[in-house]
Amino acid sequence: MKIVVGEGSCGIAAGAAKVYSALESALNGVNAELTFTGCNGMCFLEPIVDICDKGNLIKRLVRVTPGDAGKIAAFVNGDGDAVKDLEISDDDKAFLDKQTRIALRHCGVINPEKIEEYTATDGYKALRKVLTSMTPEEVIEVIKTSGLAGRGGAGFPTWFKWNAARQSPGEEKYLICNADEGDPGAFMDRAVIESDPHNLIEGMLIGAYAIGAKEAIVYVRAEYPLAISRLEKAISQAEEAGYLGDSILGSGFNCKMRIKAGAGAFVCGEETALIESLQGERGMPRLKPPFPAASGYWYKPSNINNVETFANVSWIILNGGEAFAAMGTENSKGTKVFALTGKVKKGGLVEIPMGKTLRDVIFDIGGGIKEDKEFKAVQMGGPSGGCIPASLLDTRIDYKELAATGAIMGSGGMVVMDSSTCMVSMARFFLDFTAKESCGKCVHCRIGTKRMLEMLDRIVKGKGKDGDIELLEELCFAVKDGALCGLGQTAPNPVLSTIRYFRDEYEAHINEKRCPAHSCGDLLSYSIDPAACRGCTLCSKKCPVGAISGTVKNPHTIDSEACVKCGSCFNVCKFGAVKVN
Amino acid sequence: MMESNLSKIEPVLDRYAAEPGSLITILQHTQEIYGYIPKDVMYRISERTGITPAEIMGVATFYSQFRLKPIGRYLIMLCQGTACHVNGSEKIAAAITNELGISDGETTDDGLFSLKSVACLGCCSLSPVMMINGETYGRLTPDKAVEILRSLRKESENK
Ligand SMILES: Cc1cc2nc3c(=O)[nH]c(=O)nc-3n(C[C@H](O)[C@H](O)[C@H](O)COP(=O)(O)O)c2cc1C
Ligand code: FES
Repeated sequence: MKIVVGEGSCGIAAGAAKVYSALESALNGVNAELTFTGCNGMCFLEPIVDICDKGNLIKRLVRVTPGDAGKIAAFVNGDGDAVKDLEISDDDKAFLDKQTRIALRHCGVINPEKIEEYTATDGYKALRKVLTSMTPEEVIEVIKTSGLAGRGGAGFPTWFKWNAARQSPGEEKYLICNADEGDPGAFMDRAVIESDPHNLIEGMLIGAYAIGAKEAIVYVRAEYPLAISRLEKAISQAEEAGYLGDSILGSGFNCKMRIKAGAGAFVCGEETALIESLQGERGMPRLKPPFPAASGYWYKPSNINNVETFANVSWIILNGGEAFAAMGTENSKGTKVFALTGKVKKGGLVEIPMGKTLRDVIFDIGGGIKEDKEFKAVQMGGPSGGCIPASLLDTRIDYKELAATGAIMGSGGMVVMDSSTCMVSMARFFLDFTAKESCGKCVHCRIGTKRMLEMLDRIVKGKGKDGDIELLEELCFAVKDGALCGLGQTAPNPVLSTIRYFRDEYEAHINEKRCPAHSCGDLLSYSIDPAACRGCTLCSKKCPVGAISGTVKNPHTIDSEACVKCGSCFNVCKFGAVKVN
Repeated sequence: MMESNLSKIEPVLDRYAAEPGSLITILQHTQEIYGYIPKDVMYRISERTGITPAEIMGVATFYSQFRLKPIGRYLIMLCQGTACHVNGSEKIAAAITNELGISDGETTDDGLFSLKSVACLGCCSLSPVMMINGETYGRLTPDKAVEILRSLRKESENK
């Protein structure tokens, strides 16, 4: 038997590494092989342990603790019931069964640090096919047929960029992978690199062959140390196996690959800023045109694609462009990976064919809202995107249809919000992010986002004025028009989309000094209803600042001066005695 | 100003000084060696690479990864990404500030803890999340965060 522990960053954070060491000792002398895999995307069940026999998954155990190691050993030794209480429920199983996995097809299945497990699942077969039987033009044609569009946010047709870079004159060309994954709340690319690094390498090599690049670079976010180390290992394994380097697979095609770690700047996800950063400079975007295809890294023709874009390539080559294009809608082909998080029951990675609806993702796969609260909105596209309200839950996953809502497909961040999320404060949150991350090159972006942030700050503090909404809108359009790069051009989106769908919340904050979601601290006051309070003392124990006083069995009181409005008392009170206004 | 041991950076400079575009890599190594980017090391990098000190300062201040001041023994990286925000990371920040008396970017007087807000550690499904010296702590509550800090303090006292 084979015992497989899921060790992606999230699994490790949930305790998978400790489970692994506990299993190491428990399985000592037991006839079973202990190994690990990446992230299968069921983050809400982490840590996960799979038990396989003769290549088949026979048990999937969830929320495993180090203390469960003995049970697993007992199961291997023949006690069929030993792991019963750890087994995944049928309802949770459906989370994966309802998905269609292409970019994530190996994630959580193979050991990411073993090239032989990748090659055993058709790994590097597409590269061999390309190098032995296809011209670069034929490769580009297959990608064109597939309809693959960039998964990094903008959704630009991949074949077009490859073709432009191929056509650009010059011997020295570069292929770059954008693994900066800047959307705070998205982790699709991290999961792919940590769980299936060879698939990324293979997709990049096919891209490099298509455009005629001899050097490939992966720009990875600094916050992803595990992804960097697994990719480093994979690159050296691929070099050793002859998939990287000179005359790959004897074809005469040469390509080397290296990793560049980012240093923490959101704007470096923008392709020209990324190139500046690769050149060791401050990551400030360049004026386009010229596009990178004509003048990119060191002013040579370059092509930049997102991790997930590359992760689809080997599958397309092996299965044909038509098979990929058969999935999806008229405008959007293939599948898309989403990082489903926030107030959703089953948070994790979801890969589904384009054309499914938001409701399918959030309710059917994601299981709906935590504690069965009311769904309010879903945020897509992060700081460049927008919030989509409940009335539009049947919108399909399609570049055009999502854009029509005022949000965007984005790179795949999908943050679900319930009635307790204040939409004005959400807009303020994103503006705070973009104002800090603005590189400062364009006046409108640098100062405009700052002024917008100040206004939103005022509004959430109850100091909003009549006319603020209109002024915000005006500023939004000015910043959109006046910014050079996508950061500034899209930074107003979270504000515009929340005004569009939740104008009443803005008005409540401004006119009535009230936060309908009970979230903006400055607009709240907490008090205890003496008639309902039983004097159980729980709230005073929970209060982080000691603002609640009272004795056992007597009504308690809150010192409103000391209160930091954290809501702990409200949450712990079993008698509904804490009131919020 | 304290003087840094410049000999430690020389091997890095031997490897990268002549390679165009490697300033960020050099600064990353510098921070790994010294824990931050000391001023005198910046001057040394300038001498070896020919990049002006002003330009180096420009790059070092552009990227949030680089620190110009030493940090505490434990670096608390508190996630303020979207998923963590929606799940209450502000309350965790308030609890940490309340416990340690420092806010974002500051270090405690005893040099034990530094607090830094970051955007998304990639463990959104465990939000709210913080990472301390490479170890990730998920599904935080204000109480749990304070408990973790107290146990780290105890651990350091026993060492
Ligand atoms: C402010 C900003 C941030 C971006 N961040 C990312 C990112 O983190 N990852 C990414 O792949 N693309 C990002 N992009 C999009 C890239 O500029 C580029 O379009 C993309 O990498 C192209 O790859 P694709 O065609 O495969 O999508 C960002 C764009 C902007 C304007
Ligand atoms: S938003 Fe905090 S880990 Fe992603």
